[in-house]
Formats: sequence, structure tokens, C-alpha cells
Amino acid sequence: MLPIGHYLFLGLALFIIGVIGVVTRRNVIIVLMSIELILNAVNINLVAFSRLYGDVAGQVFALFIIADAAAEATVGLGIIIAFFRNRETVLADEMDLLKW
Amino acid sequence: MTPTGYLLQHLWLIPLFPLVTAALMLFFGRRIPKNAVSMFCVGSVGLSFVYALGAVMQLLAAGPEQRVAQQILFEWLTPGPMQMSGGHLVRFVADWGYLLDPLSCVMVLVVTGVGFLIHVYSIGYMGHEGGYYRFFGYMNLFMFSMLTLVLANNMLLMFVGWEGVGLCSYLLIGFYFLRKSATDAGNKAFIVNRIGDAGFILGILLTAMTLGTVRFTSVGLPDVAANPGILQSLNSAVAAHALASGAPVLTAIALLLFVGATGKSAQLPLYVWLPDAMEGPTPVSALIHAATMVTAGVYMVVRMNAIYQLAPIAMDVVAVVGVVTAIFAASMALVQNDIKKVLAYSTISQLGYMFLALGAGAFAAGIFHLMTHAFFKALLFLGAGSVIHAMSGEQDIQKMGGLWNKIPATARTFFVATLAIAGIPPLAGFFSKDEILGRAFERHPDLWFVGFLTAGMTAFYMFRLVFLTFLGYSRADEHAEKHIRESPPTMTVPLMILAVLSVIGGWIGWPAALGGSNQFEKFLEPVTQSYFVAPFEGRLSVNATPLLGHEGPFATETSREELLRVVEERNKKPSALEYLLMFASIGIAVGGIWLAYQFYRTKRIAPELVAAKVPRFYQLLLHKYYVDEIYDAAVVDRVKDLGTALGVFDAKVIDGVGVDGTGWLARFGSTLSMWWDKWIIDGLLNFSAKLTQLSSFPVRFLQTGTFSSYAMLILVGLAILLAYYGHHMQVLMRGAR
Repeated sequence: MLPIGHYLFLGLALFIIGVIGVVTRRNVIIVLMSIELILNAVNINLVAFSRLYGDVAGQVFALFIIADAAAEATVGLGIIIAFFRNRETVLADEMDLLKW
Repeated sequence: MTPTGYLLQHLWLIPLFPLVTAALMLFFGRRIPKNAVSMFCVGSVGLSFVYALGAVMQLLAAGPEQRVAQQILFEWLTPGPMQMSGGHLVRFVADWGYLLDPLSCVMVLVVTGVGFLIHVYSIGYMGHEGGYYRFFGYMNLFMFSMLTLVLANNMLLMFVGWEGVGLCSYLLIGFYFLRKSATDAGNKAFIVNRIGDAGFILGILLTAMTLGTVRFTSVGLPDVAANPGILQSLNSAVAAHALASGAPVLTAIALLLFVGATGKSAQLPLYVWLPDAMEGPTPVSALIHAATMVTAGVYMVVRMNAIYQLAPIAMDVVAVVGVVTAIFAASMALVQNDIKKVLAYSTISQLGYMFLALGAGAFAAGIFHLMTHAFFKALLFLGAGSVIHAMSGEQDIQKMGGLWNKIPATARTFFVATLAIAGIPPLAGFFSKDEILGRAFERHPDLWFVGFLTAGMTAFYMFRLVFLTFLGYSRADEHAEKHIRESPPTMTVPLMILAVLSVIGGWIGWPAALGGSNQFEKFLEPVTQSYFVAPFEGRLSVNATPLLGHEGPFATETSREELLRVVEERNKKPSALEYLLMFASIGIAVGGIWLAYQFYRTKRIAPELVAAKVPRFYQLLLHKYYVDEIYDAAVVDRVKDLGTALGVFDAKVIDGVGVDGTGWLARFGSTLSMWWDKWIIDGLLNFSAKLTQLSSFPVRFLQTGTFSSYAMLILVGLAILLAYYGHHMQVLMRGAR
């Protein structure tokens, strides 16, 4: 069995990729995809610890997060489509109506 | 034995009938056919007459001292405590109740009887007029009010009737409301009457304050002790020496009430409305302005005679005003050319006679003349109406003449009434007028002398009227001449009945001097004798008299007997003086007729020459002493000036300073307020907003609006947080392991 550190490293790598995607990318669809990466990083952590401690609760949690991610993606894409209809853009730096 | 009977217990039915038909006419009259209108309206008055007659019969069944039937329908004003002028409290009651005693017997029979005949006459007279139902509605409303007036058992209810007849008088004078002169006359009657009514109201209030009651008498009621009437209160006040004959407050009450009487009964100085009231239809003049309503003042004074007899000064005023009015109005009647105007002045003059009688203390004689006058004056007016009807509306006697055989029934009945008013025996007017003149002579020969002259003038102007209207050649224009015709039986039959009454109506008061016993005066004695002789002749103390069946504390048997003896004695002695006065009255009446004959029949004296000899006086008479002009100048124009002045005051001061000034102030205030709002209230808000904006200046640039920068900030924040708490985390994780 692989030691826990490998799993955590994979999760950390996915998380950092996701965060960098969220912070740096202008396209909101890619930002959404990055958020999915972050959520999956969390899932890997949960499943890894679940296996380590022999506790199934972590896996159940992971399933919930997958469902939650699907819902979040739906809502997020819906918002993006509505926004695109109004402003004809999906670029995050043009969504600045809340500034100042 | 107290009088009983179905009708006496249902006196309220008498005024109810005309009220019901009046309501019917005034609410639904437009949709009721003419025949039904005549049937309902005349029928209801006839029914009232029958009921009144029955009630009087039942009352007469009782002995003379017990003839009082009183009945209270309900307590009208809720009884409550009232502070009298003396300071102590009484329980003040004003009920809606009816009283039938000898005085109201006479009045109710005259009102319903003559009223019924005039209603019948109106069927013919008003047949071709528009507003037939309206006319009869008003007439029936008048009958209701008049019956309320004469049957009321207290002053307040009497005042209701008093105002009701005033209203109907106003409505009927202005019946032809498209004619300005008619509506003006209606207004004049109403306004002049208001002046009198003001006095009447004050008199009622003063009576209530002085005696604590407005009920005439409590005899015949179960609550005599708790709610004494005016008679009872007056009696106990006199007995307790709280009031005596000539007490100023009684004189004041009597004079105030008399002011009301001068208004309603057209006495000096408030008579001016009556001649103008002739603008109304002739049956109205007959019913309201001759037979019934104008006599309400006389009735009221007789009703309050107990107070008058304790106020000798007021009695003098009544007598003098009456006799001066009598001769004053008679002199104006001498030269009038309008047939109805002559009769109007004659009515004023005859009412003056009645007040002369009252002032002389001859209350029964006043009421006697009221009754006979109702007969012959109603007949004269109805006859005049019939003449006008025949002459196609012509009222000027200079344009009449020669009608004697063209309208025989009218002419002959008119002639009977003329004889009656002139005082020719044995017609009705002779007895009543002679009674008044005799009693006036006892009071003061000057009063008699003026009344005596008036009698001559009365005979003169009445025969002038007859000669010019019915005799000689016709002076009518062609159109009118062609259409002369006798009136229908609905008009002539009432004339004939009234003519009979004008002949025999006086016999009920056949004087003792001529072998009669003056039943009329005896009949009224229970009402009028209460203080009878005392204040005038000083022979008896006022306290000695019985008050309508109620014995005062001082009414001992001996003094009462003495009183009755004095009364009896005077009724019995037919002195030489009495015969002399009687012949004098007949003499002057005949003299007046002879003079009129010379003037207008034989033409031995030309009226024009006489007028030319005293042009100033003739003009004075012709212009009715310029009284209307004087009133216009002295009162009406002044009131108008006051109105104009008030208008100017209104425009300049109320509108100018008051309204406009207030407007300016309000505008000024609102400008100030607006400034305050804009610069201070809003200014403070804006200031705080600016302050917030200013203070937020450095930090708000953090809000880029771009969510990636927010995400970056969250990340950085999280990193700092983790770096800070990393140590603790390590410890926690180590512990968990």
C-alpha cells in the first residue's frame, strides 16, 4: 500500500494547480474548471485519510462533494450563460461592476 | 264630575286628520287626481270639525266649573332640573299635550268650522289654478298647525303651532311664486313675524324662569302637585307674596308676549305685512289673514290672561295699541281702491278692537268679537274672491259696479256681512262690537271715543265698498263685462252658510241690557275670571279668586262669593249709560252709512272735492301714512347699508387681512421651512454622506470588482493565517496522533 504522503502530494499538486487557475485565468469557464480541480484535490485527501484510518465516513463525504460539485457547476454555468447574454463576455476582468 | 268621553280622550285626532292629508298631498300630491285631492283635503277638515264638535259636546256635559279636558300624549322635552330666577330648582316639563277648555272650544270650532267652509269654497275658487294639490297640502298643514296652536296645553307646544301657521302663511302668500310681488310679500310677512316671535320666545323664557313651568294649567292632570301649571304657580306665588299685581317681571312677560301678538295679529307697529299678504289666493286671505291665524295673538293674550290681569301697565299698553291700530287702519281703509286691501285694513282695524277689549279686561268680549269677526270677515273675503272670480281677476273697485243682479248670491251675502261688520243690530258684529265699546267706556271714556269713531269709519268704508262694487253703473272693461257670471255652488253655498252665521252668530252673546244673559261670557268665565275684577277696580284682592277649579290658599269662601256677587251685579245692571252707548254705536254706524250713501250713491258730495280740500291728508291716507316708506328708510335701508358695510368689512378685513394675511404668513412660513429643510436637514444628511465618502477614500480601492483579485486576496489571507497558526496546528496534529 502506498504511504499516505503520495496521496497528499497529489492532492496538494491538484489544489495548487486549481488555485493558480482560479487566480490567474480570465476565462470564467476555466475558473470553474479550476474550482473542480480544487474540489477533487479535497476529495483525494478525504479518500486517502479514509483509507488510512479505515473510516468510511471520508468516502461518503467525498461522494457528497462530487454531487455538490456537479450542482455548483450547473449553477455556475447557468450564471455564466445569463451573464454572457447580457454582456457578451465570459472574461472575469470585465466583470467589475462591484468595484469601489 | 270631570268631563269624560271618547273624543275628549282622543283630542289628538282633531289635528291629526289634516296633518295626514297634508303629508299625503305634499309627498304624493302630484300623482293624485284633482277630485281625490278635494275629497281628502276637504274631507279631513270636515272630519276634524265633526270630531271637534263632538268633543265640545262631551265637554259641555260637565258642569261649568269642571270644563277642562287635558291629555298628555308624551313627554316632549325630557323633564330635567331648571334653575328659576329665584335661584331654586324646579323640575321643568314640556309635554306634547292637548287642552280643551271653554276658550279652546271656541277657537277649535271657529278654526275647523270656518276652515271647512273655506276649504269647500276653495274647490271652486282654485279649480282652474295650477298646483291644486300644493294649495290644499299647505292649507291642511295650516289647519294642523292652527289646531296645534289652539289645543296646545303649554306655551312651547303653542309656539310650535304658532311658527307652523307662520310658515304656512308664508308659503300660501307666496303661492303664485312666479310673481315677484307675491314672494316679496311672503318674505315680508315672514320677517316681520320673526320680530314679533322674538318677543314671544323671550316671553316664554321669562315665564319659565319666573314660574318654573310653561304648562297653562295642571287641572285635569294626575300630577298637579308635582308639576303645577302657570295658573297654579302664579296663584301660589301671589299667595306667598312673591309676586303681586304690577310686579315688574309680570309686566315684562306680558309686554314681551304682546310683542309676539302684535306681529302675528298685525297690530302697530308690526301690521305692515298684512296688507301685502293679500298677494295670496283669496281663500288664504279669508282663512289665514282674516278668520284664524291673525287672531292667534288675541287667543294667546286671553290664554295668558292671568298674567295680564296682574300687569295693569301692560293692559294699558294693549288697550292703547289696540285702539290706535283700530282707527289708524280704518283711516287707511277709507281710500283704498283694491277690494282685498280694503278688507285687509279692515281686518287690522277689527283686530285692534279685539285688543282694545283685552286691554280693557274684557277677555270674553275680545274672543266674542274674534268669533263673529271670523264669520263676517271670512264671508267678506270669500265674497270678494267670488267678485274677483266674476270680474276675471279685476280687484280695483273703481273698475267694478253694477254687479248686484249679475252675481246675486255673492252680492247679497256680501251685503249681510257688511251690515254685520258695520254693527247694525241684530247682526253678529253689533253685539260683539257693542260689548267691546261698553267695556272700553268703563275702562276710560277716551278709549271708547276712539273706538266709537272707528265704528263710524268702518261703516263708511264698508258701504263705500258695497256701493262701488255692486251698485251704480258698470265701469268694467269690455272683456271682463262679457265674462261676468255667478260662481259655482261650491263657492256660493259656503257664502250662504257664513251669511247665516253672520246674522245669528252674535245672539249667543245677547247682552243683559237687551233682555239676554250673555251666555258667551258666562261660558268663558272659568277661563277669564281668574283674576277678573281686581286689578282694575281695586275692589277685591287678587288672591280672592278661584283659579279654574283650583282653590288658592287665599281663596276663602267669603271672598269668592263677594267676587261672584260683583261680577253678577255688573252683568245685571242695565244702566242708562249702557243704552246710551248702544244707541251711540248704532247712530254712528248709520251715520257712516249715510255719509257713504251721499258720497257714492247720490253723489251729493263728490269724493274728489273732499280730497282736494284736504290734499295733504288725502295723500297721507292714500300713501298709508308713508309707513312702508318710513320703515324702508329707517329699517330696511339701514339693514341693507349694514349688509353693504359688512360686505366691505368682509372683503377688506376678513378676506384682506384675515384670509389673505394668513395666506401670506403661511407662504412666508413655508418658505422659511423649505430653506431650513433644504440647507439644514438635507444639508446635515449630505454632510454625513460626504464625510463617509471622504473617510472611505483610502480603502475603497481595494474593491476592484474583479473576483480573481478577491480570490487572490483570500488566498494571501489564508496563507498568512496558516503561517501564523502553523505552529499550533503542528502541536494539535501531534497531540491527535
